[in-house]
Amino acid sequence: METRKNEPVRIGFYVCHCGVNIAHMVDVEAVAKYVATLPNVVVSRNYKYMCSDPGQEMIQTDIREQRLNRVVVAACSPLLHEHTFRGATEAGGLNPFYFQMVNIREHDSWVHTDRLEATRKAMALARAAIQRVPHHKPLEVKKVPINPDVLIVGAGIAGIHAAITMANAGKKVCLVEKEPSIGGHMAMFDKTFPTLDCAMCVLSPKMATVGSHPNITLWTYSEVVKVDGYVGNFKVTVRRKPRYIIEDLCTGCQECVANCVYKEPKFPDAFNLGLGKRKPVYMPFAQAIPSIAIIDPEVCLNFKRGKNPDGSYTVSDKCKKLCVVACGDRKAIDFTQKAVDKEITVGTIIMATGFKTFDPHRTPYYGYGVYPNVYTALELERVINASGPTEGHLVMRNGKEPKRVAIVHCVGSRDENTNRWCSRVCCLYSLKLAHLILEHTDAEVYNFYIDMRTPGKSMEEFYNRVAEEGMHLVRGRVADVYPDPNDTASGRLIVQAEDTLTNRILKIPVDMVVLSVGLEPRPEAEDLRRLFNLSCSSEGWFLERHPKLAPVSTFTDGIFLAGCCQGPKDIPDSVAQAGAAAAEAFSLIDKGYVEQEPNTAFVLAEECSGCKSCIPLCPYTAISFNEETKKAVINEALCKGCGTCVAACPSGSIVQNLFEDQEIFSEIDGVLAPLPQ
Amino acid sequence: MSDSTNKTPDGKWTPRIVAFFCNWCTYTAADLAGVSRMKYASNIRVIRLMCSGRVDPQFVVDAFAKGADGVLIGGCHPNDCHYVEGNYKCLRRYQMLKRMIADMGIEPDRLRLEWISAAEGEKVRRVVNEMVETVKQLGPLNIPCKFEEWDKEMEALAGHVAHSQSAAGAACPDHAKPQTAQTAHV
Amino acid sequence: MPLALITPNLKPLKPLMFKPKVAFYWCASCGGCEETVVDLAEDILGVVEKVDIVLWPVAMDFKYKDVEAMPDKSILATLLNGAIRSTEQEEMARLLRRKSQYMIAYGACAHLGGIPGLANQFTREHILKFNYEDGPAMANEKKTRPQLVTEENGRTPRLPALTNVVRSLDQVVEVDYYVPGCPPTPKITRAAVTALLENRLPPKGSVIAPDIALCDECPRKATKPANISFREFKRPHQALMDPQKCFLAQGVVCMGPSTLSGCEAACISGGMPCTGCFGPTSRVRDQGLKIMSSLCSNLEPKDEQGISAVLQGIPDPIGTFYRYGLARSLLRRKVNLPTD
Repeated sequence: METRKNEPVRIGFYVCHCGVNIAHMVDVEAVAKYVATLPNVVVSRNYKYMCSDPGQEMIQTDIREQRLNRVVVAACSPLLHEHTFRGATEAGGLNPFYFQMVNIREHDSWVHTDRLEATRKAMALARAAIQRVPHHKPLEVKKVPINPDVLIVGAGIAGIHAAITMANAGKKVCLVEKEPSIGGHMAMFDKTFPTLDCAMCVLSPKMATVGSHPNITLWTYSEVVKVDGYVGNFKVTVRRKPRYIIEDLCTGCQECVANCVYKEPKFPDAFNLGLGKRKPVYMPFAQAIPSIAIIDPEVCLNFKRGKNPDGSYTVSDKCKKLCVVACGDRKAIDFTQKAVDKEITVGTIIMATGFKTFDPHRTPYYGYGVYPNVYTALELERVINASGPTEGHLVMRNGKEPKRVAIVHCVGSRDENTNRWCSRVCCLYSLKLAHLILEHTDAEVYNFYIDMRTPGKSMEEFYNRVAEEGMHLVRGRVADVYPDPNDTASGRLIVQAEDTLTNRILKIPVDMVVLSVGLEPRPEAEDLRRLFNLSCSSEGWFLERHPKLAPVSTFTDGIFLAGCCQGPKDIPDSVAQAGAAAAEAFSLIDKGYVEQEPNTAFVLAEECSGCKSCIPLCPYTAISFNEETKKAVINEALCKGCGTCVAACPSGSIVQNLFEDQEIFSEIDGVLAPLPQ
Repeated sequence: MSDSTNKTPDGKWTPRIVAFFCNWCTYTAADLAGVSRMKYASNIRVIRLMCSGRVDPQFVVDAFAKGADGVLIGGCHPNDCHYVEGNYKCLRRYQMLKRMIADMGIEPDRLRLEWISAAEGEKVRRVVNEMVETVKQLGPLNIPCKFEEWDKEMEALAGHVAHSQSAAGAACPDHAKPQTAQTAHV
Repeated sequence: MPLALITPNLKPLKPLMFKPKVAFYWCASCGGCEETVVDLAEDILGVVEKVDIVLWPVAMDFKYKDVEAMPDKSILATLLNGAIRSTEQEEMARLLRRKSQYMIAYGACAHLGGIPGLANQFTREHILKFNYEDGPAMANEKKTRPQLVTEENGRTPRLPALTNVVRSLDQVVEVDYYVPGCPPTPKITRAAVTALLENRLPPKGSVIAPDIALCDECPRKATKPANISFREFKRPHQALMDPQKCFLAQGVVCMGPSTLSGCEAACISGGMPCTGCFGPTSRVRDQGLKIMSSLCSNLEPKDEQGISAVLQGIPDPIGTFYRYGLARSLLRRKVNLPTD
């Protein structure tokens, strides 16, 4: 049933109580009563839950029985349920775009405190929609085919899991990782809570799968530098940085490393957070995927010192190049390698760019970087790890095993001066580290916590179990860490805190302090956000489209979030979210097409004077000048529907579907119309 | 239209502010403010557009002409426009529009452009409250009432013409009134 | 769009049985519109032959009472030029409306308020004071102002009062058609008169001009680049203008993109940019705001200072963008001016 021309407009209006979410602050009955008096309104009802089946059924029945040809629902945000009600309108037999939504929850009942005022506002907003909707036109949703390939940015546990999920489903995945190996933070952990299984034992089979999967193109040591296009058809440029080893030729034998002119590892090893050493040519870590060496031009003798302005390095040719000799016929070493930009086209993108740990230099009272026996939790993970710099012996920088260890919770979390959020994983990993310290040594362990937060499946049980192992749990934020004045020689430290359960100031002498650093957005998140046209929360985490309804979607269609780039979470949650992101991407791809909101603009061909004012305004070059007709034309496939050209057309000869001038003017009129006293 | 439209039921004047929010940043931020149950003044009426670049200066002035005491435009931060640079186009028009409304006797502070990202629910709250405060200080604008007032002089003459014409060409007895065409052309 | 196509498929109404009566009247305007009627040259004779001119104060002597004595609707059409800004003009407009079948707003002032409409930026007192006291060309030591009523030799001459607000004709009486232009070109006038006499009239409320902006017929259209980006605005006297090139491409404000065509780009052909006298298209509510939106969107700078610097090149936006249209703009008049 379509509205014929000149058929009188018959509007059905529905105001939702949303349980009490709306009804407690807006007199929904008064709103319905008021709207009933407005022109063209045939039905005006209020109902407890409009989005429920009976609510939607009510709309459909009214369309049929009352011969409605327009529908207005006053409820929550259109960003939430516009789709639902368009569907109900369509199910009732109308074009779905004969619908208009009024936001009286997020923009009204939830933000105001005066019931009378909130009700009047709801009336004004409803009136705007009632005046707007007669101008609505039937529109068609455009279907654009979707490229089935997917790009996954970041190859930590979330990116890896998403990649394998997609690849197993037969989708071609391009997995881009900034570091020379995949694995992310999880590869650095020793054991994982609450199961205490070894992180690498869980991770390395998945890493190997990624490395060998026929459907996964793995680009490590690479970064996305440009993103164009839109859902279904993103054009992405990936810069593959030179590792000076030809990936296809390297066998991972590491003979180059063994034969390097540097006989001993001399340079700080990033994977071990500088606690270990490596050579200029090195394997990132034993289980690295891809298993390919990399040369650090900053320190390799075959390069001149210092970067060129373009970021490249100049070959000095001053080294004996024993690595090249060792590589022999494999010829995998190429000192002249340059960065290469690769362009790929994908239909969907999963962001799994992870987090960084809080830099405790920002909390100088904990002495990190000043006292050598103050460690971050991540450093301790490496120290404890069997493949770490100390081969799993828990010894401090001075080579001694600690007798007393303090673990300081909430460093860079829940703190007005640093980060206000709870990083969610620190309590649990602190307990885990305490357990590992006890397992490795006879040390006494003190956990200083603000609150012990152990939510999640098996987590409280883990806490109970570990707590019984004989560690000290002190409820109090550590105020200060300073050298023990009575024992300056050994590097012993005093940890000062107030035990808030006993109201005593504690000064505990310890050998080692472990800072349970929180999780933060990566510093490059801001650049990535711009690149991918995402939004960030005020903390800097990538913003999901809706925390409950669309937790892995973003405001940019076709881009999904997985893992800690969206906010702190533990491994199980990261993996679960990666699966969810893969499923979302998959459901888009499997549908085969994307539906485009028909809010595109078009030029009125008869009326356009060909002044060309609009042409330079379109960032998508959707507008061109037809040299034959001497008029502007908009390529609907390229138009994204911002409406900038419409606002700028000096003769009013461009129209934006869903946002026609007349529709907006009617809304303005409606919100400002006099209300009953 | 009378000035009662701007009054609450208890008879007090309270400003009405029309806001044009872009779908991707500011409208979403206003949703976030709602989800976070932040409280702000109820004087604002948000009209959703896809982009601040869609804000036609005619919309702004039409809102004033129809009785808005203030107009707020919200868009994505520079460099962050969902549509690349619609917000710059908005900014350029806005700067000239500010001058033009000032020339037309509307205090420029009645028009405000703010960049509010999807995460800045708090900024929505702050900006709306500030805007309401500013407009309260400025007092009612009430242009519809001005139109009415301006047109009173026409109603007066219309009444006079009707009266004299019904008197079938009789000379206007009221000398205090300005001369009309009737007497001027005799 | 050629003018002949303005009223393509309209069925002729019943043929005119007798010589129709036509009135011309002159309100707040410069007189240029009256000139246009004369500019019809020989055609004027044809018009005069076909019609009975019952009122044309600028050329012939008629009295108010003559018009008043006419039966209502006995005049086929009144072509009224000039804005309405005095009690006398207002009364005449009302009278002629009553006596005429068609009221035609003739010229930019009747259509849009025109140049006199710019007075809506000032109070009546301000205007009188400037013109009778403060104006640089004024020698009026006694500061005498026109008096509405005076006594002189036993006579009581009276003057019409200025209204507070300058109005377009349709803000005073119902208008059937608009003949745009400052002044309307002979061609437009001829088209209007012919349409009237041949009873081939477009829908009521139409502007007798093609509903498409001027660029459509501008001889310089092809020289406008598709990537315009304004770095500065100049006024025509501030630079040596390329006589072939689009004014906007030379950084000169041209209202052509937001102004109705039909004048055959007369100003541009004469080396001056369009100032907007034909008014906006039917799709635009406020001509000034629309051209502003278009020009500003295409500025080059993206930062506030840069934008502001470019916009300094338009020192008087109201006078520039509302040269003819202020009285019919969305705000009509400077809103904080008092009425007295």
